[in-house]
Amino acid sequence: MPGATTESATAKEPSRSVLTPVRAVFRAVVVTVVPDARHLNEPSWLALEQLVEDALEIRPPALRKQLQLFLRAIEWLPVVRYGRTFAALSDEQRRHVLCYLQDHRVERIRCGFWGLRTLAFLGYYGRPEGAHAIGYAPDPRGWEAVR
Amino acid sequence: MKRRSYDVVIIGSGAGGGTVAQELSPLCRDGVRIAVLEKGSKLRDEEFTGREVEMAKALYEDAGGFLTAEQTMTLAFGSAYGGSTVVYTGTSLLPPERVLRRWNVPGLAFADVEQRARKYMAENNVHLLEEALLNENNRLFVAGCRQLGYSAQQFPVNLNGCRGSSLCNLGCPNQAKQGTHRVQLPRAERNGVEVVTRCDVQRIENKKILARVSEKPEGNKGEPSTWEAGDYQIDAKIVVVCAGAVNSPALLLRSGFGRSLQRLGHGFTCHPALIMIAEHSRPITNAVGHPKSFYLDQFAESDHFLLETCMYFPFTTAKAMAGFGEDHSRFMNAFPRLQMILVLACDEVDDHNRVTVDSNGRAVVHYRFTPQVIHGLVHGAITSAKISFAAGAVRAHLPVSHSPVTERADLERLDQIAENAEFKPGKLPISAAHLQGGCAMGGGHEDSVTDSYGRVHGVPWLYVADSSLFPNSLEINPYLTIMALADRVAESIRKDATALL
Repeated sequence: MPGATTESATAKEPSRSVLTPVRAVFRAVVVTVVPDARHLNEPSWLALEQLVEDALEIRPPALRKQLQLFLRAIEWLPVVRYGRTFAALSDEQRRHVLCYLQDHRVERIRCGFWGLRTLAFLGYYGRPEGAHAIGYAPDPRGWEAVR
Repeated sequence: MKRRSYDVVIIGSGAGGGTVAQELSPLCRDGVRIAVLEKGSKLRDEEFTGREVEMAKALYEDAGGFLTAEQTMTLAFGSAYGGSTVVYTGTSLLPPERVLRRWNVPGLAFADVEQRARKYMAENNVHLLEEALLNENNRLFVAGCRQLGYSAQQFPVNLNGCRGSSLCNLGCPNQAKQGTHRVQLPRAERNGVEVVTRCDVQRIENKKILARVSEKPEGNKGEPSTWEAGDYQIDAKIVVVCAGAVNSPALLLRSGFGRSLQRLGHGFTCHPALIMIAEHSRPITNAVGHPKSFYLDQFAESDHFLLETCMYFPFTTAKAMAGFGEDHSRFMNAFPRLQMILVLACDEVDDHNRVTVDSNGRAVVHYRFTPQVIHGLVHGAITSAKISFAAGAVRAHLPVSHSPVTERADLERLDQIAENAEFKPGKLPISAAHLQGGCAMGGGHEDSVTDSYGRVHGVPWLYVADSSLFPNSLEINPYLTIMALADRVAESIRKDATALL
C-alpha cells in the first residue's frame, strides 16, 4: 500500500528546500491530484517530497521561485471565493480550484498547473512503492520471470 | 586551462557520433588521433536497474523533461555514452524514399542512403522479433487494426538476446539493444579512438574547442571521466558536431556561426506525441516483452500521424494522461490491464519552430503546434481509441476530449468527439522524441547549414553528423537514417583528410 514504511528519505535543509515553506499547500495539491496519496504516512511523504526536490534541483532558480509563488497563489486564491485557504477546502472545492487552473484561458497558468501536476505524479508514482501499489512490477529477467 | 590536441574531435556519441567514430577509427592505425567528447556518462552494466526516476536522471537530458520555450511540450533525448541509442526501443526503419525525394538535397540520392542504412541493419543485428516474444499489448494492437481493416507493420529491431524486460526506454538491463554504446563505440575504442565522458563542450573557436569536464557527483551513476575535472582547450584539425538536433545547433550558435549561417537553428522538427491508454477487463502482458513491436503508418500522408505500440512506466504514464483525481487514478490503478498506443504527429518545417540560445548559451527550443500537427494528434488519438475498443478494451483515455474518460458505449461518438476536440496547449500532456533539423543539409548558405556530406558551408574543417542535418521531418523513427548520413560524413572526412590533416 502507498503508506509502506520501508521508504526512507532525508529531509532537505530548510534553507535550500523549495517545498518546506509551502509544504501544507503542496501536500493538499498532491492529495487532490492523486487521491490515493491521502493514505501516505510521514516517511512516504518525505520520500515523495525528496523526489520532487531532487527534480527541482536541476532546474533554474527562477523556475523554483515561480513554483513557490504558484503554490502560494493556490493557497490564497480560494479565500476570495470560499473564505478559506486551499488546504482548508473540501475535496470537491479543491478539485474545482485546480480544474479552474487547468482550463485557464491564460496559457502560462495552464502550463504552471501542468508543471505542478507533473511534480505530484513524479513524487507519488516515481517512488518504487507507488509503482508497486498499482501493480507495476517489471523484472529485468523479462519472460523468464513470468513463464 | 588544460590543453589537449587531436587530429579529429567528434562531439557527441549517439547514432551520429558513434558511427563517425567507428568509421574513422581505422585511421588511428596510421597515427591519426581521434577523440569523442560526450557530455553524459558511461554506465556500468549493473547500473541499468530499470527504476524509472533514477534511470531517467542518469540517461536523459534534464531527466527527460526538457521543456520548450512555450512550456507546452517536453522533449526526450539521451545524454549518455551512446546518446539516444541507449534509450530508444531499437526500432530500425529504412528511410522512406518519398521523404528523401521531397527533401531534394543536391547530391543526396535515396539509393545511397538506403544502401548505407542496410549496412547498419546488418551490423546491428536488425531483425523481426519472433512471435513467441510478442506480448499482448502488441498483439491487441495488431488484432484491433485487423478488425478495422488497417495494416499494422512489425518493427525491425536491433536486438541481440532480448529477454523481454520491457525496460528499453530506461536503458536495456540485459545489454540486448545494439546501440552505439554496444557496437560502434566499443569498436572505435578498440581501434584507438579515445572517448571522454562528462565532457561538456561550450564553444568552438577556429579549430579550438573549449570544454569542461565534470567530477562524478557523489551517489550518481556512471564511471568517472578519464580526464581530470576542469576546463580544457582542445585543438583539432577537424571537428565533427554530433550533439543532436537541440545541442548541435545550440553549440554552433553560441560559437558565433550564426552570423554567417542564417539557417542555423531553423527547421527544427519532431514527432509531438500523445500516449493513448485503454483499459481491458482482464490483466494483459504489458510490462514484459519488447514494448514497441508494431506500427501503423497508413495515415501519415493523409492525416499526418503514425501509431506505434508502446509501454511506459508509472510516472511517465501518469504524466501522459490529461486531468487528475479519481478518474485519473482509476486508470493508474488498472495498470496491469492497460493497453498503450503512441500517437506521433508528423510535422513539417515551420518558421517559428527553431533552436536558439539564451544569454548563458543554453539551448532554447521554440515550438508551436501547427494546424497539421493538431489534426494529426486529434485524429491519431481517435484512431487509437477505435483500435483499442476493436481489440476489446472497455474504457479509453482520450486526452483531446472535453471529458477524457471514454467508455466502450461512446464508440459511435468518437468521430463527433474528433470534430469537437479540445486542443489547449499547456493542458494536453504532449512530449516529443525524434528531434530533427537545425543544421539542415542543402545547396548553399541561403537554404541550409551544410552540404549533403555534412560539411558546414564556408568552414572546411567543420562537419555535422546527426539528425540536425535533416532538412525536414523524416516522418519515421530516425536512427538508421542518422547512421547512414553519418557514414557519408565519415567517408567525406576520409577523402578530405589528406588536405585537412
